Amino acid sequence: MSTDKIMASRRAFLGAMATGGAAAALPMAAPAGAQQVATSASIVILGAGAAGAALANRLSARLDGATITIIDPRQRHLYQPGFTLIAAGLKPASYSVSTTAEWLPSGVRWIEQGAAGIDPESQTVITDGGETVDYDYLILATGLELHYEGIEGMSRDVIGQNGIGSFYAGPDEAAATWREMDRFTETGGRALFTRPATEMKCAGAPLKYTFLTDHYLREKGSRSRSEVIYAAHSNSLFGVPIVHEKLRMLYDDRGFDTVYNHVMTAIDPGAKVATFDTPDGPVEIGFDFTNVIPPMRAPAVIRESGLAWEDRWVGQGWAEVDPYSLRHRRYPNVFAAGDVAGVPKGKTAASVKWQVPVVEDQLVAQIAGDTTDRSYNGYTSCPMITRVGRAMLIEFDYNDNLTPSFPGIIAPLEELWVSWLIKDIALKPTYYAMLRGRA
Amino acid sequence: MENPSFGMFIAVFEEMFGPVLFWLMVTVAAAVTAVYLYVLIRDRAVSWRKFLLAQLSMPVGALAAVVFVWWVTNSGLGDVGGPVDVIVLLGVAALGAVGMAVFVYTVQSLIRGASQDDG
Repeated sequence: MSTDKIMASRRAFLGAMATGGAAAALPMAAPAGAQQVATSASIVILGAGAAGAALANRLSARLDGATITIIDPRQRHLYQPGFTLIAAGLKPASYSVSTTAEWLPSGVRWIEQGAAGIDPESQTVITDGGETVDYDYLILATGLELHYEGIEGMSRDVIGQNGIGSFYAGPDEAAATWREMDRFTETGGRALFTRPATEMKCAGAPLKYTFLTDHYLREKGSRSRSEVIYAAHSNSLFGVPIVHEKLRMLYDDRGFDTVYNHVMTAIDPGAKVATFDTPDGPVEIGFDFTNVIPPMRAPAVIRESGLAWEDRWVGQGWAEVDPYSLRHRRYPNVFAAGDVAGVPKGKTAASVKWQVPVVEDQLVAQIAGDTTDRSYNGYTSCPMITRVGRAMLIEFDYNDNLTPSFPGIIAPLEELWVSWLIKDIALKPTYYAMLRGRA
Repeated sequence: MENPSFGMFIAVFEEMFGPVLFWLMVTVAAAVTAVYLYVLIRDRAVSWRKFLLAQLSMPVGALAAVVFVWWVTNSGLGDVGGPVDVIVLLGVAALGAVGMAVFVYTVQSLIRGASQDDG
């Protein structure tokens, strides 16, 4: 009993402390409105990931009589913010894996197929199994596609060999990335980190992983015989100027060699050489270890649906929605949330947390013949790990303003242990509470 | 940021520990507190002898709490990076100390009873 008691009080305290923090990285949204709206509307949600599952739960609680259909073939649900922790050897691959089924509410019809086509004029979705599903309202929450083929010589098959990692690909690939990083940091050598020129999910992850690799090089005493290169795709490390400056200082402090305007176009796994497109032409950089982050784009079904932006993010195919209401600009009965939404910031779980209640309120108001001024301000959050045990809790909005959840208490641009605690123990439960529509 | 609701905190805790373990822990914590209050009322006095041992156990509780948090979170003293970290660390220690003292006092009272010492 004594052990239970001690464990109980410790863990409860940890939880209490960290939950307050999780409020920051996954901000608390207002609880779903208590008043139910009666409707016979047919709502189709494409995708049962973070945004899709959360919306299925929220809408089924909020709407009385609606037919809610969710279309997604994936049986596994992946907690993607855990991938960096897996790739740092701190969590097993299973840390990020649950099932899609456990997050979906009863009363929602789950079609376990992919979406093959969308016709916004006739308001139908065709599945890859040939089923036609009519909708009154459509929510695009498909997530995005990792376009590994966009880098010549790169594919998922080469992850985990020849010093090549790529933790974005999934939990097993994140574990394989850790094995390569662990091996590399034993001996040292040249580590090369990159990011794509496309919009991407969690733009902080490549930067974090550079810090984490540096951490292990130092811990194992191999930093002095190593070189750490970060190849930024543009002329800055991070889209928010004040964060870029802070990171630039930290990168200098850690002795990283940063090169700008380098976009990886090819990799030769055998020769361990990566080729970059730069303003001065192609440049080759050799590596002993690298974490490849592929170009990202919307899934083909969105790119080819006529619902994508045509004049922005050309070739990437993000859904053409208003950045504040998340409603489609040409089809008012279509919304987008999560990675697929064509908004300037916010391909993170924290953004989803903030976007989902906006889509919910906008859609419910529309069904009720009403309007709402509920809007998404571009909030996103990035727990920027700077070593094992420390992080910076960076939160910002569309206007590049820092939006700290605990102003004066948790400084956003300081490397803090408390920010690490939030990332390490509180984010995942907060994320799961979000999926259930309870946070 | 909008204010988090109490229900949301409960939801996050349930996800963190699983609903069964979470409510079991709440029950255990509440039960120890209730027994502590019971022995205080039963004895109608604070036993200073028991309190002395409880006090002596406080550093142990404080240290155990801090080490446990470091262990769970793959971190250590060197990761303290700013004033808020020191405050949180002291808070963890204080909670561990008080929790341990209450626990030790309560266990002594239950085992030895009221009559053995009146301090």
